[in-house]
Amino acid sequence: MSREMPLATVPAGKPDGGIEPVKGRSLWVDAWNVLRRNRAAVFAGGLILFMGVAVIIGPWLSPWAYDHTDWANTSIGPDWESRHYFGTDALGRDLFVRTLYGGRISLMIGVVATLVSLLIGISWGATAGYLGGRVDHVMMRIVDILYAMPFMFFVILLMVFFGRNIILIFVAIGAINWLDMARIVRGQTLSLKHKEFVEAAEAQGVATFNILRRHIVPNLLGVVVVYVTLTIPQVILVESFLSFLGLGVQEPMTSWGALVNEGAQEMGTAPWMLVFPAVFLALTLFCFNFVGDGLRDALDPKDR
Amino acid sequence: MSLLTVDSLNVRFQTPDGEVHAVRDLGFSLAPGETLGIVGESGSGKSQSMMSLIGLLASNGRAEGSARFDGTELIGMPLGALRKVRGRRIGMIFQDPMTSLNPYMTVFEQMSRVLVHHERLSRRESRKRCIELLDAVHIPEAAKRMDMYPHEFSGGMRQRVMIAAAMLCRPDLLIADEPTTALDVTVQAQILELMRDVRRDFGTAIILITHDLGVVAGLCERVLVMHRGEEKESGPVDDIFYRPQHPYTRALLAAVPRLDQAEISRLASLDEADEESAVERALIERREPDLDAPALLDVSDLRVHFKLAPETLLGKPRVLRAVNGVELELRPGETLGVVGESGCGKSTLARAVLRLVPATSGHISLLGEEITGKDKKEMRVHRRDMQVVFQDPLASLNPRMTVGDIVAEPLRTHFPSIPRREVRQKVEAILSRVGLGPEHVNRYPHEFSGGQCQRIGIARALVLEPKLVICDEPVSALDVSIQAQIVNLLMDLQAEMNLSLVFIAHDLAVVRHISHRIMVMYLGRVVEVADRVALYERPMHPYTQALIRAVPIPDPELERNKPHAPLHGDLPSPVDPPSGCAFRTRCPIAVGRCAVEIPELRQVGDHLVACHEA
Amino acid sequence: MLRYALTRFIGAIPTLFILIAVAFFMIRAAPGGPFDAEKALPAEIEANLRAAYHLDEPLVQQFGRYVWNIVRGDFGPSFQYKDFTVTELIAAGFPVSLRLGGSAMLLALLVGIAAGTIAALRQNSRTDHTVMAVSMTGISIPNFVMAPLLILFFAVYLGWLPAGGIGDGGWRHMILPVVSLALPQIAYIARLTRGSMIEVLRSNFVRTARAQGLPERTVVLRHALKPALLPVVSYLGPATAAVITGSVVIEQIFGVPGLGRYFVQGALNRDYTLVMGVVVFYGALIILFNLLVDLVYAWLDPKVKYA
Repeated sequence: MSREMPLATVPAGKPDGGIEPVKGRSLWVDAWNVLRRNRAAVFAGGLILFMGVAVIIGPWLSPWAYDHTDWANTSIGPDWESRHYFGTDALGRDLFVRTLYGGRISLMIGVVATLVSLLIGISWGATAGYLGGRVDHVMMRIVDILYAMPFMFFVILLMVFFGRNIILIFVAIGAINWLDMARIVRGQTLSLKHKEFVEAAEAQGVATFNILRRHIVPNLLGVVVVYVTLTIPQVILVESFLSFLGLGVQEPMTSWGALVNEGAQEMGTAPWMLVFPAVFLALTLFCFNFVGDGLRDALDPKDR
Repeated sequence: MSLLTVDSLNVRFQTPDGEVHAVRDLGFSLAPGETLGIVGESGSGKSQSMMSLIGLLASNGRAEGSARFDGTELIGMPLGALRKVRGRRIGMIFQDPMTSLNPYMTVFEQMSRVLVHHERLSRRESRKRCIELLDAVHIPEAAKRMDMYPHEFSGGMRQRVMIAAAMLCRPDLLIADEPTTALDVTVQAQILELMRDVRRDFGTAIILITHDLGVVAGLCERVLVMHRGEEKESGPVDDIFYRPQHPYTRALLAAVPRLDQAEISRLASLDEADEESAVERALIERREPDLDAPALLDVSDLRVHFKLAPETLLGKPRVLRAVNGVELELRPGETLGVVGESGCGKSTLARAVLRLVPATSGHISLLGEEITGKDKKEMRVHRRDMQVVFQDPLASLNPRMTVGDIVAEPLRTHFPSIPRREVRQKVEAILSRVGLGPEHVNRYPHEFSGGQCQRIGIARALVLEPKLVICDEPVSALDVSIQAQIVNLLMDLQAEMNLSLVFIAHDLAVVRHISHRIMVMYLGRVVEVADRVALYERPMHPYTQALIRAVPIPDPELERNKPHAPLHGDLPSPVDPPSGCAFRTRCPIAVGRCAVEIPELRQVGDHLVACHEA
Repeated sequence: MLRYALTRFIGAIPTLFILIAVAFFMIRAAPGGPFDAEKALPAEIEANLRAAYHLDEPLVQQFGRYVWNIVRGDFGPSFQYKDFTVTELIAAGFPVSLRLGGSAMLLALLVGIAAGTIAALRQNSRTDHTVMAVSMTGISIPNFVMAPLLILFFAVYLGWLPAGGIGDGGWRHMILPVVSLALPQIAYIARLTRGSMIEVLRSNFVRTARAQGLPERTVVLRHALKPALLPVVSYLGPATAAVITGSVVIEQIFGVPGLGRYFVQGALNRDYTLVMGVVVFYGALIILFNLLVDLVYAWLDPKVKYA
């Protein structure tokens, strides 16, 4: 809390007699200030934005389509003249465009699947936390049981048995991560429920819906934001993992994981095929993790 | 020959917001065997100054100046040498016994480590010495208990263990940083008594850091008063209490409510006392409640029981009887004080009356209407008349809402059709009434101090002009001077708006000051009810008597002559209360009947008492 | 403590049950699988299937049979390797994976805890920042990216270590796979240990220990280490699951004939029984391990042990 403020100061009034209220400094603004000071996190955040822009407009800057096979230039290294900036693969497909295109898929899956797990996780966790009692007990038991399952294996099985449908990929990956989100949200909701300002609202007779809307959810956002930022790289990782095993997106669509798989196979002879997608993938994951850490420090300084 | 001489001590901290000068030019000296009390509110630098002596400052803090302990300079001493002083020549005990002991080691393991390091004792010798010390601090069955873990001890016993551990090497100086602040009053009395014994038996000098003037009056020979890092006054204890020179000291003494004071005066707050003039204690014209008016709040045989998980796999489910048969009556314009120690159920009682927690049985009626069985929708209308102020000022305000929105919320909830202009006007009016300017409407709670946050909480409670306000420990988390402001504010508002207050607190002196009648609770039941004069002058229940005896009064003469007979034993667990009268395990006058029959609350003279022997 | 152990043990059974049930119904539902009614199979094979899987019995009974078989250790015949049962394949592959995964876990714990503790003791120093940055990298680079890079560097360019296979079972072949598998866990455990140690070093009881004049070494090793490592103990459950998952890829890359590799081959070749068997086996292993970890944690925490 700040030191005792002088109570008697009254700033100059407006001509019509009203007193100009002082603009307050919300906790979000405070957090933003702390985050801004963390230069590494700001830099990482900028890099992510740049990556996002690059994967969208990058392919337009190259004359090659992602699935066009340039038989004249197969397996060449980075070469400026032929406009194959990252080189080509064994089929003569341009690696620059494929890397960026793969980035579109990877990032898109990352964001969408995270949103899926976010929606499920928040609803589940907030409901269990706020209602408490038996409902909470049952809901969290389910989470515990699901947590113990070797999920990756089940996803692999799903891919094998039901084919490599991209919708299925979204759903399967989203379904892995909602458990963590549900646990975090439930924990936070429980602690909020017992906070005195929520009790005060109940004592005033505020309707349950409004309590959730005004008091619970805004105080969950901090934790949720941090978790979303940390979930996106996990999801991208899972998708890459699947693609690496040959179980991810179908040809000719590609993702960073699939590219790394191809690159690993040609490692001895065409190392650029491994290096470029690997660097993009690792860099993106690194930046997300960094920003997530920075957000966590900014929003909850105790949690260093 | 002085044991400790401090001279020009300065402590500075480097924070992201700039440098904080926590201790400014502090100087004092301490003779061997002497007890010095360092008094101050939060932020006064009292703790930091002592931490700097043994090098326990946080990494961003630095101490300059001199502190000569038995001839050697402590400030700037290299860590290796400092570690030989810590524990062996200077012992230290801290505020929170719950977290100050390592929960993962047995008591013996923690204590013996000190002996092994400082005196190289063998295991057998360590055991012997530990038992010796644990006996000295009155831990029963010391040899057995030594091998138990801290969580198996009560709060009071843990603090005894801390004292024993600090005295293991018989240090010349014991620094006690708020040693009893986190303890119940009766337990505090035990620990203070223990410290007197330790002083007598070991001849240790003690530096006692506290904000509680009563504790200082009872224990210390000399006092040093600090404010904002500086020494304001120091001297022998009688001089400080009877002939205070500095305005701050006088203000501090005037701001503390005294248990033995019959007439009510306005508590002085700091800004009023900064002038050089003597502080006048103006007597308040107190409004007495109308005893003929029908009861505003009527509670009869209220019980609130919580079910807990069973002890063993197939055992019976345990029941926590937080409130176990409470009745009370409140008239318009009356303040009922509710006191008791931890586990007495006063907070649960508040929540049950507010219908935040369902009552297991019993009846609550507000303004003549029964509200016990009503559901959320039906309760809504009644909530207009019954509001609450909580203990933690910052936690009772939603950190994401502006002050204006927070205070306006009750209005918007109950009268959604009121135009925004009017809402704004009412909010500004009530904020002004509680002492905050209307220009603060757009600020957020974390931008305010504790006292201001509590004012916002009070504004929120009063914006609907309720008839009843339940205050659950509203000043416990505040500094003494701020406490005085809030108490004054509540009393003014009560007089102005003819409010009824239920004032729940553990500080008997504050409760006595603000209440018309006082209700004493123990382990979920009411043991005594009487008006503020009768309760203090003629307490009838043995628990009330012990409670009053235990409260330290800021008057050295009184404290010295008081028969110090603290209540023995610990508070029983509310899950497993003693049969019959719950107090009998600690009662000096318990008889056979007390174990069998629960005493009913009955009229004895002008008191209501629940005791077979009253 | 006993009550806690029993409760947890009983609680693990439904989890196991659900695992087996999901596995069972998934295989039944797989389109194009051996139980797909739409597929037209030669009469002889169909007859064999029917006999082997008792397909004319009600589904519940088939499920019961499946569970009973699993309890007896029978996962059925492999579809891919016609002469082997799944149980035999698991018995062949698991010891290899165990050696790989076990070594990785051990390495991760040793290096991770050491690095995290050192970083915590020198908070905000250069050492600390280095450890944090390196571990962040370890978390961010997936092991299937790291492994090929390591092979590229150590095996192809430098030629110090073999690029794959298990050769004669000697330790040289183990180094790269174990390190690749361990790296993300080293990183995570280091961060976890560091955070936890920092928090414990700030706690009140550590302050008391220092005020008692104990040397820093005693404070760290005797007072701080045990509480600081409790979160790491908790993490062992998910860590094992992560190592098992990671082994799937690592064994593939390095050509190690462990269970993970069998699983991937089985998945790509539609060896349903093998794949199901591995899932149930590993799943049960994870559940059991989680249970053990919970018990160890409860035993270490006096508040639970002596409730």
